[in-house]
Amino acid sequence: MRQKIQKLWQFLFGDSARAFGTLSVILLICLAIAPAEDRFREWTRYQQKYLRLIRGRGEAATLQRRFQGGLQQIWMPELGVTDRCGTCHLGLKEASLWDVGTQPFRPHPPIPHSLTEFGCVICHRGQGVATGVEEAHRSTLAWEQPILPARYLEASCGQCHWNTLTGTPQLNLGRQLLTRYDCVSCHVLKTPEGQGLEATTHAPPLTHIAEKTSREWVFAWLKNPQAYAITATMPNLQLTDADARDISAFLMSSGAGSQPARASQPRSSSDAAADAASGASVYGESFCASCHANVNAAGMLVGGDLGPELTRVGSKVKPEWLAEWLRNPKTYDPETAMPHYRFDQKQLGPLRAFIEAKTDSDFLANVHLEPATPEQVAHGKALVTERGCASCHEINGIKKPTSFAPELTVVGSESLMKIVFAPGVAHTLPDYLQAKIRQPHAFPSAKMPQYTFTQGQVDALVTALLAQTERARTLPDSLRVAGKRESNYRPASKAGQLMADMNCFSCHAINGRGGNMAPDLTWEGSSVQRRWLVSFMKNPNTLRPALIRRMPRFNVTDAEAETIADYILTVYQTPDFDRDALDPAKFSAADIELGKQLFYSKYACQSCHIVDPQNDKGYIGPTLTQVGARLNAAWIFHWLKDPQGLRPGTLEPNRNMSDADARALTAFLMKRNKEVARK
Amino acid sequence: MKRLTSTAFVLIVLAGCNRPAKPPAPLAKAFGVAITEVSGGKQVGSIGAALDQPLVVQVNDAQGSAVAGALVELHTAGGAIAAPDAGMTGADGQLTSAITLGSSAGRYQIVATTRDKSGKPVELRLDEIALGCQQQQGRVLNDRYCSRCHDPESTPERVSNHDNLTAKPHAFAEGVVLNAMSDADLAAIIGYGGPALNKSPEMPPYGYTLSKADVDALIAYIRAVADPPDRLKGLTYARN
Repeated sequence: MRQKIQKLWQFLFGDSARAFGTLSVILLICLAIAPAEDRFREWTRYQQKYLRLIRGRGEAATLQRRFQGGLQQIWMPELGVTDRCGTCHLGLKEASLWDVGTQPFRPHPPIPHSLTEFGCVICHRGQGVATGVEEAHRSTLAWEQPILPARYLEASCGQCHWNTLTGTPQLNLGRQLLTRYDCVSCHVLKTPEGQGLEATTHAPPLTHIAEKTSREWVFAWLKNPQAYAITATMPNLQLTDADARDISAFLMSSGAGSQPARASQPRSSSDAAADAASGASVYGESFCASCHANVNAAGMLVGGDLGPELTRVGSKVKPEWLAEWLRNPKTYDPETAMPHYRFDQKQLGPLRAFIEAKTDSDFLANVHLEPATPEQVAHGKALVTERGCASCHEINGIKKPTSFAPELTVVGSESLMKIVFAPGVAHTLPDYLQAKIRQPHAFPSAKMPQYTFTQGQVDALVTALLAQTERARTLPDSLRVAGKRESNYRPASKAGQLMADMNCFSCHAINGRGGNMAPDLTWEGSSVQRRWLVSFMKNPNTLRPALIRRMPRFNVTDAEAETIADYILTVYQTPDFDRDALDPAKFSAADIELGKQLFYSKYACQSCHIVDPQNDKGYIGPTLTQVGARLNAAWIFHWLKDPQGLRPGTLEPNRNMSDADARALTAFLMKRNKEVARK
Repeated sequence: MKRLTSTAFVLIVLAGCNRPAKPPAPLAKAFGVAITEVSGGKQVGSIGAALDQPLVVQVNDAQGSAVAGALVELHTAGGAIAAPDAGMTGADGQLTSAITLGSSAGRYQIVATTRDKSGKPVELRLDEIALGCQQQQGRVLNDRYCSRCHDPESTPERVSNHDNLTAKPHAFAEGVVLNAMSDADLAAIIGYGGPALNKSPEMPPYGYTLSKADVDALIAYIRAVADPPDRLKGLTYARN
């Protein structure tokens, strides 16, 4: 044996030439290992599998030609993208593979961006540089960024897009919830430009709460807001009876207010019953349901969500407060979104009786509170500070806390190492956020209260939070699409005061500020005729029969209506055309006849508009029976040419109408000017 | 002797490698002859997300009355998840299961199976629809621009204009009609209005209001919700 080894040694390294030769061979083998190793990597298996897959298909030649073997990489240093996903995901750009069901060969579904524009990981996350299945998709010790589950994919759009995209309903809803449910009142959440998001709801100030309601109601509400109103945005603080007792004691003492409660006129109960009946019609005529929801007799929630739900409001408010609130809500809360309705005495009594009758005897049945002691009030104050109530509500004697809850600006990139997971929660960021929103109390030392969200709402919130990534902050500015920010436009003068008093901006937007329940009035001055506007202000009639939300009547005086009308007509004019440029008197009978034909045949406007109430049925657009007395000819003409140009987002499609057609239709419509006899 | 030892060793190793078996399915207490859908089929959701409504199936006997305690199994494919994926029907003869869709757009088939007394499987096949990015955009545009006329149902928040029109618009799920139309035809009728295909001018042109991407998204949505499904374009059953 030993001899054999010696012999081999002699054979290989016997003299210098042999030794050199042998070493060269060894070196050659070592060098060959490196390229050969690639032959056995995971991704080569997928490439071979792909080649087998396309071989049997009709378009094999094309697919074969487009196939590129070896490592495929997208490298965009300015975006921090190094993606090798295309090494295995070989069918991404091959639309003809639509019927392939197995990954990694499915073609990418159509998206608004090109596949090579941003790479893969910006949207899908995961490790772009990894070339193994496990390393690329799941979190490992070395890399902790897993693939983003499909249900939250819209979060990726939100990294660049702060505007409202059509294709991302879930992200849009999530962002809306963050501001509607006051999440951003406790948590700081900034856009990449560094602006903090602000709550859109106006949590009621508690500085005069004792005028408005009883301590018993505050107690019951604190214990379970959703038991009072299922739509309540206030979370459940999960207070003990003693804590709720003390907080209610403190709020009533701090919010005692300075105004003496007005004595209400005593009324007999039969009066009240009669009033409540006629109050229902005042409630309906005033379109209270446009903003306030109500659970009706059938158990259905009906109405808008701009104001609080009123199902059990009679168990909440004090009669004298309600009377004053209905008379003028601004006295109690100058910031309220509720308009000053200017109800007259004939309306006020019945409306008040109707609202007071919306009681729920069960709600306060079991609440019995002893008079509060000073210790309880002091403890209540400590609790109010501790629970951060003043983050949302204005409370006498307590300042709005700053950085009360963790900042969420980059929560979508939170390192898993830093997160304390509650037991039973999967160790991923989306699962953590889900659990945190659904059951904040499962986590140690959580101050966060319990919200009542549906699964869809939680998904939406998690999507919006996952959009808050570190990457979103470091992307080049040129990629960012800013969201629409509400302007701080305030109309001036007497008319401005009236518009603020009636809260026109709760429903209408003007110059970038205001709600979206009613039409944008930015160019209203070019649109309507003065006579119509004044009479509409005094008594708004129905323009759009299909809408359930309508302009209420505000009992304005003649002078007030004229002040507002004149202001609108003077200030809110479009610079694009002169509203008097077309004189309706100059239209010929032939124009009008042609317009009628175009209306009914070529453009079939009667599908959505009613001109002749006997025959036309469409009720999507405004009724046009008296449009000639309402709108200016020039406005109709330009509207027909480009509706979205005058009111962005309006439903009427642009018909690409010729000037001649638009003129004839204008002539026909301006002839619909018979005003009904009105006082 | 040596061979025997090695065989024993291999067997032991193999036994060790064996995965722990799934807990055995509970034994059915009762048997039906038919399985029907109560609710929750043909829902439209987004990829990867849980559907709004649970899937409810019912097992019936030969007389058509509900059978309690029958075993129902739900088989899913393509990454869709049914939770629970098997169970006994309750006192009302029904089994309720929450469905989460898979991560690619398309139709997900759920097969609900129960066995009759002889052990023969009785199957019910149900479809659920997952919308991807493009179809989702189409769905939003449909809600905004199309559904007022194309959806004959009115809701408290939205009154349908369907009945006011002389030529009744097709609902987007009407696969029988819409599957027969090519993408180009649909794009023409959306973009240039009904007269583009000699149809009613009551369908106005949207090509000057919506972008081409919007129109494509609408078509993708129409294809996705077609019933019966569109064979050619219709994102066939997502499968494994």
